[in-house]
Amino acid sequence: MSSIKIRTKRLGDITQIRTLIAHPMETGRNKDEQGKLIPAHFIQELTVKHNDKVISSSVMGAGISKNPYFAFKFIGGKTGDKISISWQDNLGQSDSQDKILK
Amino acid sequence: MKIRQCLALLMVVFFSAASANPQQDQVLFRQHYQKLFPQLNLNDYADGIYALDAIARESWQTIEEFPPYELAIEQGESLFNTPFKNGNHYSDCLPNNGIAISHLYPQWDKTQGKVITLAYAINQCRQQNNEAPLLYQKGNIAQLLAYIAYTSRGKLIDIKIPDSDHRALAAYEQGKQYYYQRRGQLNFSCSSCHVQNVGKKIRSEMLSPSLGHTSNWPTYRLKWGEIGTLHRRIIGCHKQIRAELPVAQSDALRHLEYFLSFMGNGIPFNGPSTRK
Amino acid sequence: MLETRRKFIQKTIRFTACFISAAGGLFNTIIANATWPADNFNETQLNDTLQQLFGRQEFIETDQIQVKLPKIAENGAVVPIIITSSLKKIETFTILAEKNPAPLIAQFTLADETEAYVSARIKMAETSDVIVIAKAGDAYYSKRIAVKVTIGGCGGG
Repeated sequence: MSSIKIRTKRLGDITQIRTLIAHPMETGRNKDEQGKLIPAHFIQELTVKHNDKVISSSVMGAGISKNPYFAFKFIGGKTGDKISISWQDNLGQSDSQDKILK
Repeated sequence: MKIRQCLALLMVVFFSAASANPQQDQVLFRQHYQKLFPQLNLNDYADGIYALDAIARESWQTIEEFPPYELAIEQGESLFNTPFKNGNHYSDCLPNNGIAISHLYPQWDKTQGKVITLAYAINQCRQQNNEAPLLYQKGNIAQLLAYIAYTSRGKLIDIKIPDSDHRALAAYEQGKQYYYQRRGQLNFSCSSCHVQNVGKKIRSEMLSPSLGHTSNWPTYRLKWGEIGTLHRRIIGCHKQIRAELPVAQSDALRHLEYFLSFMGNGIPFNGPSTRK
Repeated sequence: MLETRRKFIQKTIRFTACFISAAGGLFNTIIANATWPADNFNETQLNDTLQQLFGRQEFIETDQIQVKLPKIAENGAVVPIIITSSLKKIETFTILAEKNPAPLIAQFTLADETEAYVSARIKMAETSDVIVIAKAGDAYYSKRIAVKVTIGGCGGG
């Protein structure tokens, strides 16, 4: 199962992209039930593409909430266009997901 | 002396009989909230504290536009559809193939002589199919409940206490007594906060009404950062009032859930949800 | 001579490794992602972060950046924020929370065809101002919003 859920909506000339990502976004400051520090584990980079063109690229830290949510809007987007969202985290993990606009 | 004792006995019998009337309890329970919040109708209570706290409501609605429990629903669906080692499915055990049933639990099971919650039914299903039981507070049980809850959305809570079996009424009564019983170092009962001080603030938090308390489970609590069950929440509340912790899905908590759910009959079920 | 040099290098490596592992996730950060601007996310004062990010600490305050945040956040772990702007040609939106240990939360770079709109959910350690900085051309604009983060009397387990 992908960690990335994508929802798109057409609002006139504008396409809205919303995404919900399964990720712990651990700050590295929390302790587990045994009292041990849970290592920092958070998304550092998020890229959103429309038909392989980057429409938004973001850097972030653990100040973004767990299971992060983002929304963007761009001018354009028609049926059959591809939206791609990908992330990379501080432990070298990554994931990406595509969605075709209806 | 004899007359006084007789009267005393009569009063005990009278009040026991009077209190052994769930319909009456429900009417009185609701009247209390109706008087305090005349602007609310029964449906509104499904939103919990967000029916009362406008600022919190706005934030909640923003999050509900793409809620974090969607991940749990997806995982729950996958778990629900995965067969047991013997090839059977949850749908083989549960009524209506396990779809759109959350609003009907807890149920009185005449054969077992027990109040059965949906979580309990899920583990009984697993047991019948030689699978290990799931833990009751979070993880897979919560995800399964999230999926089933999602299929049940909008259905009106419909809990039955069959007249034909006095044990069901006794279980309801136990749940009711638990609700009104003071406990813990802070010596609070559930009603201390959620009836007597509903809508007031404890530090900066507004106290939610117990009417509708069972409509929105399982819940993704922002505090937990994951989806969890009603019993997990109830146990957490016991921690806060410094009381001995009950066990999830014990008789005590299943009966409490039975009482609380019955109080909420007619409220649209709207799990899974988000809360702080 | 060689022996001493070898020992010196060994010592340096051990010292560095020690320092790096003491820095916690930083080692993984460097290895995994050389492009992530770690310094911008340092745990420091807001002004230091702003200096680090933009080379300045002063910005044009404007109402042309609209920031929607709850007046009171029920739970600092998840605070929804929606940013829009009527300013033209915005290249980046930067979100900071003044009292977070590391004030920088995120920086969003937007393409030309991307609307001046970002929605996200952020963590706030305590009651604090949230600052949004928009870069449009050579100009930097800011908007500050105060958010109360509550400590409940209840909350449960």
